[in-house]
Amino acid sequence: MTTPPADNFKQWSIPPESSAAQAIDAALARIGQHDSAVHAFLDVWSHDARRRAAEIDARRAHGDDAEPLAGMPIAVKDNICTRNGRTTCASRILENYRSPFDAHVIERLEAAGAVIVGKTNLDEFAMGSSTEHSAFGPTRNPWNPACVPGGSSGGSAAAVAARMVPAALGSDTGGSIRQPAAFCGVTGLKPTYGRVSRYGLVAFGSSLDQIGPLAADARGVAAILRAIAGRDPRDSTSVEEPVPDYVAELDKPLAPKRIGIPREYFGAGLDGEVRAAVEEAVAVFERLGARRVEVSLPHTDDSLPVYYLISSAEASSNLARFDGVHYGHRTAHPADYIDVYSGSREEGFGAEVKRRIMLGTYALSSGYYDAYYLKALKVRTLIRDEFLRAFEACDLLACPTSPFPPFRLGERTEDPLSMYLADAYTFGANLAGVPAISLPCGFTASGLPIGLQLMGPHFSEARLLRAAHAYQRETDWHTRVPPGMA
Amino acid sequence: MAEFVARPIIGLEIHVQLATRTKMFCGCPLEFGAPPNSRVCPVCGGLPGALPVINRQAFEYAVRTALALNCRIAALTKWDRKSYYYPDLPKNYQISQYDLPLGSDGRFEISAAEVGDAAGAESTSTAGTRAVRIRRAHLEEDAGKNTHEGLDHTRVDLNRAGTPLLEIVTEPDLANADETYAFCVELQRLVRHLGVSEADMQKGHMRFEPNVNVAITFEGREYRTPISEIKNLNSFRHVHDAVAYEIRRQVAAWEADRDYTLDKLGKMNFGWDDVRGVTEFQRGKEEAHDYRYFPDPDLTPVTVDDAWLNELRGGLCELPLTRVSRYVEQHGLSRVDADNLAADRASAELFDAAVAAGADGRTLARQFLSFWAAEANRRQGTIAKLGVDPAHMADLARLVHEGLINATTAAGVASMLIERRQSPTVIVEAEGMLQVRDEGAMERWINEAIAANPKAWADAKGIPKKAQAALGFIRGQVMKLSAGKADPRMVGELLEKKLRE
Ligand SMILES: [Zn+2]
Repeated sequence: MTTPPADNFKQWSIPPESSAAQAIDAALARIGQHDSAVHAFLDVWSHDARRRAAEIDARRAHGDDAEPLAGMPIAVKDNICTRNGRTTCASRILENYRSPFDAHVIERLEAAGAVIVGKTNLDEFAMGSSTEHSAFGPTRNPWNPACVPGGSSGGSAAAVAARMVPAALGSDTGGSIRQPAAFCGVTGLKPTYGRVSRYGLVAFGSSLDQIGPLAADARGVAAILRAIAGRDPRDSTSVEEPVPDYVAELDKPLAPKRIGIPREYFGAGLDGEVRAAVEEAVAVFERLGARRVEVSLPHTDDSLPVYYLISSAEASSNLARFDGVHYGHRTAHPADYIDVYSGSREEGFGAEVKRRIMLGTYALSSGYYDAYYLKALKVRTLIRDEFLRAFEACDLLACPTSPFPPFRLGERTEDPLSMYLADAYTFGANLAGVPAISLPCGFTASGLPIGLQLMGPHFSEARLLRAAHAYQRETDWHTRVPPGMA
Repeated sequence: MAEFVARPIIGLEIHVQLATRTKMFCGCPLEFGAPPNSRVCPVCGGLPGALPVINRQAFEYAVRTALALNCRIAALTKWDRKSYYYPDLPKNYQISQYDLPLGSDGRFEISAAEVGDAAGAESTSTAGTRAVRIRRAHLEEDAGKNTHEGLDHTRVDLNRAGTPLLEIVTEPDLANADETYAFCVELQRLVRHLGVSEADMQKGHMRFEPNVNVAITFEGREYRTPISEIKNLNSFRHVHDAVAYEIRRQVAAWEADRDYTLDKLGKMNFGWDDVRGVTEFQRGKEEAHDYRYFPDPDLTPVTVDDAWLNELRGGLCELPLTRVSRYVEQHGLSRVDADNLAADRASAELFDAAVAAGADGRTLARQFLSFWAAEANRRQGTIAKLGVDPAHMADLARLVHEGLINATTAAGVASMLIERRQSPTVIVEAEGMLQVRDEGAMERWINEAIAANPKAWADAKGIPKKAQAALGFIRGQVMKLSAGKADPRMVGELLEKKLRE
């Protein structure tokens, strides 16, 4: 197998003979070359990225120590606030919205020397599993433009898959990093809830949302996570927990001895090719010395309704602020102030967002609260407890990231429930608050990527990354590049 | 005629603005009168991506107040979102506390003496206190302000958005408008005493929402009128007048229509039109909001530990009403005087310090309420702010108490004390102000006064009708001859003796 040129990006520090400007130019060139077909980006910051790269090179010429990510081009999902450019959440209602502040993760990345090259596409307000629910058009899967890249961080996953950037930020509320990572054949991590500050992430389901990295491999993910993890006083839910050097941890011996196989994740809805690839991945871990342990997460079937009730309830409240009064889209000729609200929201939100707002509003309404929202919270506690119990029997859980491989554009848009099933295996980690990673573990006969999901106990990111890295030393799925993009 | 009894049932919801430096969930400064929207950040402006962080100071102020209201403090308290759409509410939800308020099941004593003083209706001057149960006390954020300009324009100022508010809800224990008024006044005194709020009514630091209905007993049956919640009152007088009006209105409404009951109509909202002196219907129970409360996922619950609570409890000091009762008992003061003395916490503490330094309580109280208060007023401050040493105050009280100087001289010394910071004993000696108690000198002034006013002296000895006034006149002449230095009590005694001769 020939090493694709994009593999240069795996080198996180710029080689002495190269420059930040060259790295940025290369990324911009690849975006120029491939993004018209993929549509991963909503906005490309060519000018600002080049300017930042020049500054970094000037500092390096001065003999200043290079920051750990100096000159690394990064793409950022467009629901993460940036002072530069717009932050649209792929919604009409924020089409021209400019944030007056940078998200915590943006501050951290820039302090680490990374250069943001643009903002990526997503399902509107991160609600979706295919990036088809973007108000600005869908993103296509670099492996097959007729297929979806997954979602909601589809733009970020596709940008990494097409090697336009070595890494990107996504957000994950119910699988929105892992499922597109699986669909696009890249590595993506949803950190423990509280590991990364949500300050500056436009909220969807606040108790579930986490920002996380996508990259070609575990090393890239580790490098980004190291930069963005840690307590931020501006996010009360971020946790005071030491941040290990995730990159240095990669090369420690594989600690997980017991790989748990959750029975419920290998049930009837699982695609045969996906099952085979995941079973083969588990066999790789066994060859590496791990022991396979059968475990059970009996409430897995409940995670879908529980997830939709909780995330939609929170979303209905989080999205209430988009009303056309203070900022964002305002309807042109409102009859009265009520019309400012209803008209602006009617015009500004897409169908899927409206569906979730209505579902969430209903679940929180008096008379229904106990039956829906409160009950969902109770089952969520059961799910969390169930995960904690499972982690007494094993060091990490292995299962498919998605029950099926990438589907075709339009295939599931008419039937929301079939779309929701795409995340059936990823809701659990968000509901339990535990970290989970998706990594490439094979391809279907038609050449579409398949993802393996590993889940660990709270704050076990280093363990997950080490396992992913050990697997990636044994396999080369993560080095594969979509046809025509080498 | 059948028996008819109408018993008003009144509860209060009060919002108290806490005197923190910054807002409830962000670092914006709290400043009254700043240019519109100049004290707004992404958090209180409700921008996407911004997150709230609890203001510890506000939480402490709220717990301190709840402790003073004898509330049970929740070991774990959480934050909830209350949803409704309004232009002054940038997130379209308010962060509040729903089912786990930080304080609950409290009681607050109000002075029963204030009942009747309020508006002069019935004068109940019975001493003592009356307890009002507190249902809950919780923290929340305030909204901004809408200014309507003409019919089609509304401007929104978010400077106030996110201001910490303590909401206090009483049980319906108040019996009439006067008692409701008294509660509000006492609460203002409490929060000022605790230093948790400036409680400046002009700046809207306290806002009241009385809940009023009436239990009517008629022909052996009890009827309850619908509960009226009177929204957003910002003066004590409005509270009094609105409650009094609402009681009358409800009884009249029931008399006109026996179906005007709580069962039929539930709870209704009213506003108060102070110009016309009437309440105005706003909305009924059918239009009640569904606020869709749910726990705010952006904020973690707060746990309160006993050590911290005990520390706060220790710092509460004597509450205003307890102090008033103590003054009545300890110094034999009237309730009104005791009340006035306790009105300002620092001045009351100064009073206690002067008593501790040896002053007679009654004498010192008289001086506090007369010339010390006058000096403070002249400087538009409080007695405490005059900066007089409590030991000097005690000394001045002693000089009067022991008859060494009279009250008029004392007032003069008081104004010198503010400038000079010398002991009053030193001042009166240096200025020759000590009262003359020498019998020889006294005798001479008395004889001189009698000689100069034989007619008055005759009256004093004669018909009882005129005696009192005549004697007073003679006494005044003696004081005049002594240039105010004669001890008035001695003068009185000597004159009495002379009369009997
Ligand atoms: Zn603010």
